[in-house]
Amino acid sequence: MAKVIETRDLAVSFGGAGEAGIVFRHLNIAVEQGEFVTLVGVSGAGKSTLLRVIADLIPPHEGSVTVETPPDPTRRPIAMVFQAALLMPWRTVADNITLGLEGIDVPDAVRAERVARTLDLVGLSEYGDRWPYQLSGGQRQRIGIARALAVEPDILLMDEPFGALDAITRTALQDELLRIWRETGKSILFVTHDIEEAVYLGDRVLLLGDKPARIVNEYRVDIDRAQRRESAVFLRMVETVRGGLSDAMAIDNGAG
Amino acid sequence: MKPITRYALSAAGLAGFLLLWEGLGRSGLIETHLLPPPSTIPPALMSEIREGFWQVMVWSSLRHYTIGFVLGSVLGVTLGVAVALFPRVEASQAWLARVLRPIPPLAWIPFAIIWFGISETAAAFIISIGIFWINYFTAMAAVQAVDKDLIEVARAFGHRSFPALLGKVILPGAAPGILSGLRAGLGQGWMTVVAAELFGIQGIGQRMIEASGLLATDIVILYMFSIALLYGVSDYIFVRIQDRVLAWQR
Repeated sequence: MAKVIETRDLAVSFGGAGEAGIVFRHLNIAVEQGEFVTLVGVSGAGKSTLLRVIADLIPPHEGSVTVETPPDPTRRPIAMVFQAALLMPWRTVADNITLGLEGIDVPDAVRAERVARTLDLVGLSEYGDRWPYQLSGGQRQRIGIARALAVEPDILLMDEPFGALDAITRTALQDELLRIWRETGKSILFVTHDIEEAVYLGDRVLLLGDKPARIVNEYRVDIDRAQRRESAVFLRMVETVRGGLSDAMAIDNGAG
Repeated sequence: MKPITRYALSAAGLAGFLLLWEGLGRSGLIETHLLPPPSTIPPALMSEIREGFWQVMVWSSLRHYTIGFVLGSVLGVTLGVAVALFPRVEASQAWLARVLRPIPPLAWIPFAIIWFGISETAAAFIISIGIFWINYFTAMAAVQAVDKDLIEVARAFGHRSFPALLGKVILPGAAPGILSGLRAGLGQGWMTVVAAELFGIQGIGQRMIEASGLLATDIVILYMFSIALLYGVSDYIFVRIQDRVLAWQR
């Protein structure tokens, strides 16, 4: 399988001299074509920062990010889904979805067609003319996903997209995301602090340790997705990752 | 409270005030040339219109007001936005604004006359000053309060140039604040328009001073109410526009 994202010895620091400002260092991760990778770690471990470096919103201090996608002027290689849906409140739902299409070479007809298709994909076909304030939290996040899908990215970066939702909505959106992933074949890098969510969604779970952040462990989830919510093997896997995370934190505390 | 009750009480309050005022005049408690009762206003209006004063004065004031409003608003919003966006502009204005801001618009009257003479420009200049400061500070605060996360969203979706971010996030995000500043300026403008005309520039203020010199207090009151009416109409129109522009707000 071809790698769509690869970071090499990535380092990011914010201000602070020496060790104090370092968010992460020597960070090497890769995501393969069509793969669903989840990244778990304690809050403040630099998960969001990593996504922002990959999305080219923050420059790395050292190392490099390679994004391998076929060039296409009507698409953007990467799109991001944020923790809070972060819709522009002054745009209608449809106009929020076209945000990423403005400035790339997409004719109006195609634009309208993509809005219709992505709204359909997230199950909100009738909502194009609404204002964001008229939507529930779950609906807003669906539109955040539709906005990302509209640019037809090869890679979806998702920054704790369901973290602020209630449990029922979250479960529904997780399954919806898996369906969309299967239908569209995107590569997904999904950040979460919820271990069950990480194991439920991912082909592979990366465990990010703290201060400075680095990948401390990696788990391949070879469990049929239909078996994942309740089965013993799924729950064991969750426990394994949980154990790995507390080990990582213990090491950090011991060292710090 | 039901809307109908609210309207009824509002109307009753105004009617009560006018009745009390009329009663004070008719009962002889207050001499009518000191405080002409409201029933004298319609005849005063008819005679002012017949003699051609009312139209001319209202039109002149409206012109001063409009020029001053547009000038003060455009400059105030533009500079306020610039100050909020560029730290260097912000730093260079910090003390300057602190020195100039407390000077009331009417204190500029001597310079307005020296620079522009007794002219429409002088009146518009004075009116624009108060409006300028209101818009300057509200626009600055409105831009500073724009959600930084939305700027990141716009950048993540490919809008990285300054004009794109300004047009797609900063100005729409600051629009509610900027519009409330414009509305406050709309009221502030009518407060200074009369004073700006007191020194002889044709308009409502000038006519009021003339009338009070002749103890034609009914005419003075007529123009006081004319200002209230003009303000009410302009504010009403503004709010209608504002509601349409900000339909996206709950």
